[in-house]
Amino acid sequence: MTGTLERFEDAVRGATASTHRATPETIGSVLSELLVEPAVGAPPPFDDVSLADLPVSVATEPTRQQLLEASTGVTGAILGIASYGSVVLRSTADVDELVSLFPDRHVVLVRDRDVVDDMAAAFDDLVPLIADERADAIVATGPSATADMGALVYGVHGPTEVHVVVVRTDSHAADGTGGTG
Amino acid sequence: MAADRRERAARIKRILETSGDSVERNTLAFNRGRYETIDELDEYEALKDRAAAIKDDAIDRLPELIDEVTEAVEENGGTVYLAEDAADANDYVERIVREREAETVVKSKSMTTEEIDLADGIESTGADVWETDLGEFVLQIADDAPSHIVAPAIHRSREEIATLFNEYYDLEDPLETADELTAFARDVLSDAIENADVAVTGANFVTADTGTIALVTSEGNARKCVAVPETHVAVAGVEKVVPTVGDLRPFVELIGRSATGQSITSYVSLLTPPIDTPALPDDPGDRIADDPPDRDFHLVLLDNGRMAMRDDEQLRETLRCIRCSACLNSCANFQQVGGHAFGGETYSGGIATGWEAGVHGEDSAETFNDLCTGCSRCVNQCPVRIDVPWINTVVRNRIANGADRGRFDHLVRGLVPDEEAGGYPLQKRLFGNFESLAKLASATAPVSNWLVDLPGTRATLEYAFGVDRRRELPTFERESLVDWFEARGGEAASTKRANRARTPSLEHDRRAVLYPDVYTNYVRVERGKAAVRVLESLGVPVAVPDVPGSGRAPLSQGMIGTAQRQATAVVRALQSYAPAEYDVVVVEPSDLAMFRGEYEKLLPPAAFEALADRSYEILEYAYGLLENGADPDTLRTDGRRLAYHGHCQQRTLGLEPYTVSVLERAGHDVATSDVECCGMAGSFGYKREYYELSVAVGDRLRSQFVADGMADRTVVTSGTSCHEQLDALLERRPLHPVRVLDSH
Ligand code: SF4
Repeated sequence: MTGTLERFEDAVRGATASTHRATPETIGSVLSELLVEPAVGAPPPFDDVSLADLPVSVATEPTRQQLLEASTGVTGAILGIASYGSVVLRSTADVDELVSLFPDRHVVLVRDRDVVDDMAAAFDDLVPLIADERADAIVATGPSATADMGALVYGVHGPTEVHVVVVRTDSHAADGTGGTG
Repeated sequence: MAADRRERAARIKRILETSGDSVERNTLAFNRGRYETIDELDEYEALKDRAAAIKDDAIDRLPELIDEVTEAVEENGGTVYLAEDAADANDYVERIVREREAETVVKSKSMTTEEIDLADGIESTGADVWETDLGEFVLQIADDAPSHIVAPAIHRSREEIATLFNEYYDLEDPLETADELTAFARDVLSDAIENADVAVTGANFVTADTGTIALVTSEGNARKCVAVPETHVAVAGVEKVVPTVGDLRPFVELIGRSATGQSITSYVSLLTPPIDTPALPDDPGDRIADDPPDRDFHLVLLDNGRMAMRDDEQLRETLRCIRCSACLNSCANFQQVGGHAFGGETYSGGIATGWEAGVHGEDSAETFNDLCTGCSRCVNQCPVRIDVPWINTVVRNRIANGADRGRFDHLVRGLVPDEEAGGYPLQKRLFGNFESLAKLASATAPVSNWLVDLPGTRATLEYAFGVDRRRELPTFERESLVDWFEARGGEAASTKRANRARTPSLEHDRRAVLYPDVYTNYVRVERGKAAVRVLESLGVPVAVPDVPGSGRAPLSQGMIGTAQRQATAVVRALQSYAPAEYDVVVVEPSDLAMFRGEYEKLLPPAAFEALADRSYEILEYAYGLLENGADPDTLRTDGRRLAYHGHCQQRTLGLEPYTVSVLERAGHDVATSDVECCGMAGSFGYKREYYELSVAVGDRLRSQFVADGMADRTVVTSGTSCHEQLDALLERRPLHPVRVLDSH
């Protein structure tokens, strides 16, 4: 039996996105490989990683122009859903929704411990979040796509490329910077 | 009438020629994708049960839920407006657009806004309206109407879209590929979205407890429309309300698979507006987050006939519909012509009959309702278990009962002892009363068969009744199955034969009533004789009493009253064959489908259950006998190569595997077709106005059966309609599978 994390990564790749692994220590170098500048970002919804001290510059308080001209947007996800290869994005008072939507390339960080098995488990987390906090969330799977122009095309109004970085935060996980896909 | 039919035939032919290929390519891809992605879902059936139950509960409690959602949205800081009809909804949205002094309004795809022509209404304020879904954008430029409820421009090929863009925008560097077309449209629309003042979206679901709206999309335009301008108007039919946010889960798992055959679409937005995300400032140099947004959210809940549908016992089920399009994509007729032929003012496909009758009136449903042939292929595909064919039958009945008496009415009077009003359309009454015709024709055969060959007869049939003269008419047998069975000694002789053939290992001591459906009794008598002999050789004594038609023929013409009378007569005729002793074995799958399906709506529950429980399709029954010790060697086992096409209703009932298995156990090599329907569908293919469509549908089956590896196989098929269609399409003559097993 493969673990939840491996199934998640398989499904992400099946949804035409790529997967990468990092730890809080290696995140800087993993992101430097994945970011195409100029980049904009919103702080991820966890403390293990910060966009402030990266070797590449990420504008986290962008202007309209910076947002519209950015090549990459970096945000974090609150959940990963293994059976679908989906990430769950928050749309808060920060710029997370705009940053994950406008640039052509979306790099999204998700912690290994936030990856759940299936939609039922995801809803167990989402229901209280929405009911109690009236939160806004997007279940995002792969890049934006259309078949309206006579063939399947990736990259319409939303991103063309999605790169999912699994951040391993448990103590025994430390398998470096290897990208897989 | 004849002129109407010609016109309808010409219209369908034109659509087949202009957009048939595009529609077919796309719907087949969606259809294949649905089967594949549903296969991955372990809990599929349970999720469908759950989804249907949630919708039913919501419809039951709708007034209360509307109050609840209104409270929730207001608590969140938004506004709810309950719009009585299209004009009311338009007025409200126009007022918002005027108040905001909006110049640019962006829309994401929504069938509900199509239903009320909202774009036109908004344009009347002077604002520019942009459809930001690419398919809708194509239609907006082309001034065309949607042909599919999910993929609205499905009828246009890439080449046509390229020509459209190149000419409309007068492009020096002509666009060609799908990538180029997409990039071009995105650039045009990005400008509009980034400068928008008001956004209008639909909502796939609205939750009463939290005021959350779910938007199921792939292109990302809906997300951008919601995020950029400060004012967001969501327009949704009242039926979109579900009780709680937790109720969304089954729908999230089902909707993408049922729609375009993706396990999930790129984005499922669960928004509880007004959202917190900062709006995009106008000035390029302004920091986005500096300005706390002053967001304004309006939920317009549209009635427009839905509350009346809720009070209508038959149309009510339509309100469960989540507009996924599975019933469109799985429909053989829809696959050929799309929603321009198979659709009304707004909606398309089989379920459109319910929606159009409910929101625009029966007139709008009248134009296309006949294209649902009742084949039932969509029934198992609907994620909320709507009986789409039944809704079509009911609306067909209502429309036809309201129609005027025609001038050929005297031709069917006396011949057609039906229960429908005198004005019921002649063509429908002719086909609906096939049993009376068949009886008469059999009694007078072969004279009746010569009669149709006389000069002028086919022309009259076509002119008065719309029976297409290109179709071969059935040849009636002088000796019916019932008469043949009596003449060879009846049940007593059958019992002797069966007892002689019986192997000691058989653990089954029941008798079978072989139901003599109209076709088996008068036209395809050979398959009936084969069925009797196969049952006997497996050790089962048979009775073939004179039992009336099941009511399938009148029901397919919407003649519910007549069908109900026949159902009652069938039950009465079978009464003397006690359930404790006799099973009922049926050759014609569409009649078995009546006993197990539609009779539930036509008979008291006890009568329905008693018959449904003891009815079997002939090879389903043979399978059961083989499983219980009958000897397959008593069947004909000459190892033939067979090409098998199952009947639509037989497949919906899950019976096809029994036929395949029995044929294989008898040593035959079986390959099967995978088209949804042969295109004949009872009387459909005989009708002048649908002949071309029927042949176009059949062509997919034909090509499968003339392909390499299939062309040399004997064609076997279970249904009468499929038999007639295959007979017309192929050089070789089809057989009922029971005839292949008959060692006589
Ligand atoms: S009737 Fe059922 S299958 Fe058809 S669109 Fe509605 S929900 Fe989908």
